[in-house]
Amino acid sequence: MSSSVAGTVSPTRQAMRRLRRDRSARVGLVVVALLIVIAAAAPLLVRLAGQDATTYHIDLLDPARGNAPRGAVGGASGSHWFGVEPLTGRDLFSIVVLGLRTSLFIAVVVTLITTVVGTLAGISAAYFGGWYDAVLSRLLDFLFGFPQLVFMIALGIIVPAGFPRWLLLILVLSFFGWAGLARLIRNQARSLVAREFVEAARSVGSSGWMVITRELLPNLLGPVLVIATLAIPGYIGAEAALSFLGVGVPPPTPSLGRSISDSIAWVYTGADPWFLLFPGAMLFLAVLGFTLLGDGVRDAFDVRLRRTN
Amino acid sequence: MPDLVWFLIRRLFAALLVMLALSLAVYLIFYAIPADPAHLACGKPCTPDRLEQARHFMQLDQSTLQQYLNFLKGIFAGRTFGDGAAAVHCNAPCFGYSFPLARPVTTLIMDRLPITASIALGAAVLWLLIGVSLGVIAALNRGRLLDRLSVGVALIGVSTPSFLLGLLAILVFGFWLNMVPVNGYIPFTESPVDWAWHLVTPWIVLAILQAASYIRLTRSQMLEELNLDYITTARAKGAGEGRVVLIHGLRGVLVPVITLFGLDLGGLLGGAILTEKVFSMQGLGDLLISAVGQLDVAVVVGVTLFSAFLIILANLVVDIVHGVLDPRVSHG
Repeated sequence: MSSSVAGTVSPTRQAMRRLRRDRSARVGLVVVALLIVIAAAAPLLVRLAGQDATTYHIDLLDPARGNAPRGAVGGASGSHWFGVEPLTGRDLFSIVVLGLRTSLFIAVVVTLITTVVGTLAGISAAYFGGWYDAVLSRLLDFLFGFPQLVFMIALGIIVPAGFPRWLLLILVLSFFGWAGLARLIRNQARSLVAREFVEAARSVGSSGWMVITRELLPNLLGPVLVIATLAIPGYIGAEAALSFLGVGVPPPTPSLGRSISDSIAWVYTGADPWFLLFPGAMLFLAVLGFTLLGDGVRDAFDVRLRRTN
Repeated sequence: MPDLVWFLIRRLFAALLVMLALSLAVYLIFYAIPADPAHLACGKPCTPDRLEQARHFMQLDQSTLQQYLNFLKGIFAGRTFGDGAAAVHCNAPCFGYSFPLARPVTTLIMDRLPITASIALGAAVLWLLIGVSLGVIAALNRGRLLDRLSVGVALIGVSTPSFLLGLLAILVFGFWLNMVPVNGYIPFTESPVDWAWHLVTPWIVLAILQAASYIRLTRSQMLEELNLDYITTARAKGAGEGRVVLIHGLRGVLVPVITLFGLDLGGLLGGAILTEKVFSMQGLGDLLISAVGQLDVAVVVGVTLFSAFLIILANLVVDIVHGVLDPRVSHG
């Protein structure tokens, strides 16, 4: 493609074009699209399979082997596509797809919250500067270096029993999550604030809010999109980790992390490794898909993000 | 070097200030807990009289601010609950006293800390080694097989949750190949060899995951560094390629790597907590999680603050090393 043509195309279009040509990004996009469809249609898929995530099928378990599923591949069959859970005999396919739905829901909501809060905080810090920037930067440093997992576990003790756990999970992950994004956006925005067009907007009397929303934000959409996409796999992993530790989504809501944690005993005894492999593969696929897509988006928008500095 | 001394003092002061602010915040948050620890301690039947007695003994009848000051004092001078024959002592540094477990929180932490610390330290050493050396190899073989392989390892590492990789390692190396022990912790003092042998899998698992970002960082930094003028000068003066890479190139890589390491310390503790659960070792994470279940506020606050202090101190060390290696930091 000649440069004269490329010169007339908007940077976003160019980025989209580069994204389409990136093979691993395409793989990521397909995986992500597939997972989103599965998660969105999970209740439908479960009904299609003629199963649900709560009914016990004791008859499919082998009491002689400590109630591990009968048959190969964790008891997989035409009616139970991923076999059944040991000990309870609940349908593993239902648990895995509904667990994926829980995971993606929490990760996407947290990403939306942290993106909005982090972008506003980062841009305003860069624009206003001075003591506001200094205080915010210290706060970000502090949140960043904090042993977050310890605090997330500890918070469980002050939350009333009636408070919905999934909401707590979203709040806690958001509380710590916006800091990383705010810091990256602040550094990106700082180089823009000194540019002529911002100066020009200011000199004709635009208010701070106008400059931020009309001048800075449109120029930062690329980096924001990149950081948000790269953040999603992190939140999927974090939600799974907390559920794995038993402080995440409580039963009976299916959760990949909790299923993996439940599978430890069956892995240790070697009785039913499939109980780990199905939810584990789903979790791996979700994180890998979003990471590939995020890397592709980053390369396409040509954004250099350095955690250091 | 007076500049460096001032830098150290400034950093030390800032770290102390952060610890103070943090401990106050944590205290205010966690003493808003709905469940009353005295109520749990006083047993059944719990007459108002006995409840009041328990509250007084546990020093819960004082204001939150007064309790916080007692806590701070306890860290330096120790504390005593009650008086006479029934008195309970908590020696300095006292991070609180767990009445349900009838032991000082500091003792509880010290019992568990070696497990978590062993996992974290070993993994950190390993990941720095793997990360930097694979990153250098990738940079020197840019575009060739070794480079692609390193970048591939980095991608897998970024995409796999640590507990998942740990369980797979147990399944494959522990059960199918029967090569390594699958769980349990042997104290270093008991047998250093068994200690390392039981920790080898957790170390590798945690290290591979974290090494990923260090491979990426070292690779890009090294490529940048090798194109700089002073490297060309060194080459022109006849320095061997090995010397150029190891002495000159690596020096430029070290500073950003140390900065990144400072940012990852909090994550290192989190990773160690997840890993100890995967390998059924009862470390700090286990102590904390069961304390949350038992509504043992003293332990929850103690462990939270202790780990936060630990991270802040470790960050201070990283900052100092950084300042010594890169004079621009301390002069700025």
